[in-house]
Amino acid sequence: MEKFLVLFILFPLAGFLLSLLLPRRKEQLLSGLAIGVAALQLAGATAFTVYWLLKEHPFLEIKQLVVYRTSGFEFFIDFCFDKISAAWMLTGGVIALLVMIFSRYYIHREEGFKRFFSTVLLFYAGFHLVILAGNFETLFIGWELLGISSFLLIAFYRDRYLPVKNALKVLSVYRLGDICLILAMWMMHHVWEGNITFSAWHDSVSLTGIITAHPGQTLFIALMILAAVLTKSAQFPFSSWFPRALEGPTSSSAVFYGSLASHLGIFLLLRTHSFWSQFPAVKIAIIALGAVTGLLATLTARVQPTVKTQIAYASVAQMGLMMIEVALGFYWLAMIHFAGNAFLRTYQLLVSPSVLHYLIHDQFFHFSPRSQKTGSSFVLRIRNTIFMLAVKEWNLDAFLYRSLWNPFKITGKQLNFLATKVSGVLLVAVLLSGILGFTYTEMIPGTVAHHLPGLYAVIAFALVLKSFTERASALRGWTMASGAQFFLGIAISLNARPDFGQLLLFFGGITAAAVLGIFCLFRLKKEEENILLNRFHGNVFEHRGLAMLFFIACLGLLGFPVTSSFLGIDLFFTYIHEDQYVLIIFSALTIALIELSVLRMFARLFLGQHKKTYHPVAYRSS
Amino acid sequence: MKFFDAIEKAGKIFGYQVTLQLEEYRQLYRNGRIRRNILEQVIRKNKGAENLETWMKKLTGGYYETSVPARIGAFREQWKKYYDINLDDSVQPLLFRILCAYLDQGIALIRFPLNKDGFLASLRELEKNSHSSFFRSKRTRRLLNEESLGLHTLLKILVGEEEWYEHYLFDQQFSHRGWSGIVSAFEDRPDALLDQRKITLRELILLDLLLEIDAMDARFGEKWKPLATHTGGKPQPLFGPVEYSELNDVFRLWQEAFEWSYYDEVLAGLAEGSKTERNPAKERSFQAIFCIDERECSLRRHLETVDPACETLGSPGFFGVEFFFQPENGKFYDKLCPAPVTPKYLIKETQARNKRKHEPLYHKYAHTFLIGSVFTLSLGFWAAVKLFLLQFRPKMSPAISDAFGHMGQDSELSIENKHPDDTENGLQIGFTVEEMAARVEALLRSIGLIQNFAPLVYVVAHGSSSANNPHHGAHDCGACSGRPGSVNARVFAHMANHAGVRELLRARGIAIPETTRFVGCLHDTAADQIEYYDVKKINTELHKTNASAFEQALDLNAKERSRRFASIPTRQPIRHIRRAIRLRSVSLFEPRPELGHGTNTLCIIGSRDITKNVFLDRRAFLNSYDYRTDPEGKLLTGVMRPIGPVCGGINLEYYFSRVDNHKLGAGTKLPHNVMGLFGVANSCDGDLRPGLPVQMIEVHDPVRLLIIVEHYPDVVLKTIQSAPEMYEWYINEWVHLVALDPATKQFHYFNHGQFSPYQPLKTKTEVVKDFHRLVENASGMETNQIADATTENLPVFTIQRS
Repeated sequence: MEKFLVLFILFPLAGFLLSLLLPRRKEQLLSGLAIGVAALQLAGATAFTVYWLLKEHPFLEIKQLVVYRTSGFEFFIDFCFDKISAAWMLTGGVIALLVMIFSRYYIHREEGFKRFFSTVLLFYAGFHLVILAGNFETLFIGWELLGISSFLLIAFYRDRYLPVKNALKVLSVYRLGDICLILAMWMMHHVWEGNITFSAWHDSVSLTGIITAHPGQTLFIALMILAAVLTKSAQFPFSSWFPRALEGPTSSSAVFYGSLASHLGIFLLLRTHSFWSQFPAVKIAIIALGAVTGLLATLTARVQPTVKTQIAYASVAQMGLMMIEVALGFYWLAMIHFAGNAFLRTYQLLVSPSVLHYLIHDQFFHFSPRSQKTGSSFVLRIRNTIFMLAVKEWNLDAFLYRSLWNPFKITGKQLNFLATKVSGVLLVAVLLSGILGFTYTEMIPGTVAHHLPGLYAVIAFALVLKSFTERASALRGWTMASGAQFFLGIAISLNARPDFGQLLLFFGGITAAAVLGIFCLFRLKKEEENILLNRFHGNVFEHRGLAMLFFIACLGLLGFPVTSSFLGIDLFFTYIHEDQYVLIIFSALTIALIELSVLRMFARLFLGQHKKTYHPVAYRSS
Repeated sequence: MKFFDAIEKAGKIFGYQVTLQLEEYRQLYRNGRIRRNILEQVIRKNKGAENLETWMKKLTGGYYETSVPARIGAFREQWKKYYDINLDDSVQPLLFRILCAYLDQGIALIRFPLNKDGFLASLRELEKNSHSSFFRSKRTRRLLNEESLGLHTLLKILVGEEEWYEHYLFDQQFSHRGWSGIVSAFEDRPDALLDQRKITLRELILLDLLLEIDAMDARFGEKWKPLATHTGGKPQPLFGPVEYSELNDVFRLWQEAFEWSYYDEVLAGLAEGSKTERNPAKERSFQAIFCIDERECSLRRHLETVDPACETLGSPGFFGVEFFFQPENGKFYDKLCPAPVTPKYLIKETQARNKRKHEPLYHKYAHTFLIGSVFTLSLGFWAAVKLFLLQFRPKMSPAISDAFGHMGQDSELSIENKHPDDTENGLQIGFTVEEMAARVEALLRSIGLIQNFAPLVYVVAHGSSSANNPHHGAHDCGACSGRPGSVNARVFAHMANHAGVRELLRARGIAIPETTRFVGCLHDTAADQIEYYDVKKINTELHKTNASAFEQALDLNAKERSRRFASIPTRQPIRHIRRAIRLRSVSLFEPRPELGHGTNTLCIIGSRDITKNVFLDRRAFLNSYDYRTDPEGKLLTGVMRPIGPVCGGINLEYYFSRVDNHKLGAGTKLPHNVMGLFGVANSCDGDLRPGLPVQMIEVHDPVRLLIIVEHYPDVVLKTIQSAPEMYEWYINEWVHLVALDPATKQFHYFNHGQFSPYQPLKTKTEVVKDFHRLVENASGMETNQIADATTENLPVFTIQRS
């Protein structure tokens, strides 16, 4: 029966692909398709679960597809199914179906009707990939799909400034989680000398053995997983992205941020509990972080004067509680809590506009003038302090911005020399010599060869930093981002010498994407002249097709499965050795920043307020 | 200021789109919505016949740069240039949050600690008594606590040069006009909030400036130079004259042609309609007085089809009775009359039997931590059931605004004043008999109903039920301050049935027969349901017959409305449509429970006879008026006085929300977030949204209101000139005015201060014989772009009733 698992991913994915082919104006068809997919998916999931329960709910697992194999290592796609998957699949299935039916009427005649349902289907596929994943590699692919579809859903109203800005903001926190997952996976490959399935952790004897053998490395893995959980479930100190993700139509906010996307952090925690529960320190950290989140988020929720932010923070607080439950081993409770919270917040968000009528009515009949609190001034001071801090969201938003992205921005701005012609020539020379070096490895002295990969990764990182902070030429930004991918590719090639087919897959895809991107930018420049990156241009208003093309180029460059480089990138980390800290850190940072950099470019060129004002254009503040 | 001068100026200063786009007019011309002969007539009139060809070329093919650069914001934007800082991004999120927390009416569980001296005083007290601060720099904290803190001190730091101060403040406040606007509104009318807050625009500006200084200090320390020292230069007056360009004329001509393409059709239709001789007074089966609201126009038409012997009339929906209403157990009063009026009367409700239910899922504890977790673990699953039900079994709930819930159906109202001293908070409870008689007389005379009373006269107010809709007030009765008019209808009916009142009326020449009863009722314009009040005291047989006529008319009305709703097939059996329409008003997933005043374009003041046989597609405010009873136009002044502010106001609101939905409207309502129970904004950091959401205006053709008065032109002229605030609307062309001469049946158009004859270009109006065929075959809009959307609006037809 485990053979059916793959259908739960392919089916929504097929729905997504089919939806791309349907015409934009065919609302009935588009919504019908999405609802049909969700309904069948739910029916299938229910039938599957019932059958599974009757079979005394075994832990199901299937190795679906071996992507790559060498003597010591195997990279494969793996699915599994257990009570955690069941809880998420059924809850997610019910919510997704109901909200899609809701949206069919709700989104009627909205400019992005098709975009909405297509993105939702993509999200839905990614969601299932995560919850049915049997190993980290599979989970990570789903994780990335969720990231990109979240970006598109938050920036749904792409002709306004705030949704686009907040989509980038949320994406940047997500990317941080991605780096952590990449690092965790890399370390796992070395600790277990291969690709590890979640089921392997069920064997506590061998797990204990491994942990005793590699105490530092395994703790590192546990902490990285925990960090990924914190970003995804908006736990301390990453809570402030959550209310800012509610930019799309109420229904999409409800289903994706209110329930499904945010609870995936808790899912990951449950999925990996047999591993991290071996570390008392990690357990304590989870409990502490959950408690801090619960406290801060609930206080923030209490001072919110707007309905949706109040629901958002209340939900974050409940997820903090779920963290504690999981850490204490109350897995069942956590799962019930998840389902209850997901349903409740979805419902509350969907009906959030009704709160106006309900509470005004309530006030009309039950109002009693507030009596000003008096008390000892110490209590008052504490109360006021908490009030103000909660209104400021405990400065978490500013903190994240300052501590996470400012260092990159500041460094990036120092790298202006990279943009000169001389450095351009130099860089190309270095790139070429890298290729030469790869061909004639034997001619490079050993010590140099040892440091070369690290050097290339550092250059890649410098390029992507420059690209990330580029405020003028889009072409330069794009070239730098593409260049970064090339340098990274060479770094890895020099390090481990993958076979030629591998390299062709990777560089072929990257080159195609880079060329496509350059083509798009030339076209855009020809039509619009000014394509500087110092502002949002909103060009999608006039260049819908070009925007789509450039977006595909972005995805290609990022290693999404639109070109062949997709396989390459996921293989990267198996080629970096355990002790190559420089290489792994700069590679992971480069990969994370490339996505931010090219999507920022995409956003600035094509999204935001349209710069031409011959038609109604939104205010910046609206 | 004249309409076009004013909107052109506003457009140039604030960067608004104030008309449709040039390309849109051209599309409308190409698809025939703007008629060629009308366009030519407009050009000839404005530019002379000799220039017809030149201007036709310019209008249809000329190239113009149509971008709308704004004056506002240009000066303040230079922060970015000189300091590479975006003050909006660093100041607005916190500013909005502080403001919203202060004004919040009951969303937050921990409230802003209030000081009785107002906003800044509260903020100062908060800052003083806490260990945290909203400010990061010492300087701003110190400045805040200066009691004599003035705008000049702060502007000196930020701007430097006094001549730029005004520019800067306008730039700043217009960067978040939603919040500035609402603060200014609360300053003027604190009673707009139930839980009142003391706040002034000046306080908002002070805080705004402080936060800006704070943001600069946090980034550059306390030593940075004011903005004007960098920019230099002399300011150009922000509100100085705007330059004329040929494009202005192009837009004016197109807009007029767009308007007259429809007006001409209407006048041609009315010319046919008014040909039919006025019916001699005959036995009426019943009479029904509706609100002038254009949504009632179709219901009246259907009622007359179902029962040709009935008579329908129209008058503003508060029915001339102005008062505050206090529902039983209500802690506040609802104003039930046009917004500018301040009533001196209070009507209290007692013995209401409708108990308000609660909805646990809305409970504030759901947002707390520990109790919240119990909620989540238990009611979370109830929410799943509710999710399912709201989808498949929509029904009325306490969270849905229910038009019929405004007043208990069988409750008692304190309509008659018992003693002049019976007052509450300075308001007289109920009306004296004399006061009642005066109001009943005024209304009956204004609509010309002073004889031939039918046995039952229905007084039909309207309201609208809708779910999940923060804009629900915009669907209720505009003449009742955006509330359902049920109480007014009941109060008026009670007054008109009052023996003492009738006696007084008889003495004044209005003899209402003993057998005639007035019945108050409420029509829910979204659900197409009707509720009758105090029907126990009337002839039930007769009422039953009439009620069934109402039901049939509502059936037809629902069918007519359904043609605009994509989710309701118009061809299905009528009872299915009725059900779908009713469910629509309680469906949480439905952003268009009804379409409000969308498409409103006409206001016709005169006898129903001239419009009875004309199909106006729910686009006309219909105010009954009989010129024969008012040869001097004495009553006409009273009738016309509210038309500008009420109908013209509604029309302009739809106009501007339609032409620039982003800046003058509210955008799409789907991402809206309810702020503090007094506004909506997009998501969490957005500015408050003014105007109407796109879901309400997409069917609307942005044309000015055409008012048609059935009376002699000289009387109409005298009437509108009788009050300057009324005349302004007409002489400045914010509405169009046509007088229909009752003797010659000739139309006279008011232009440049006088009436001149107008002969419609259209000579033949199509006849529609089968209403069902008409609505079933009407096309729906493909997109809500104007050239598409307007195809949904039907032309004027002559109705042939079989």
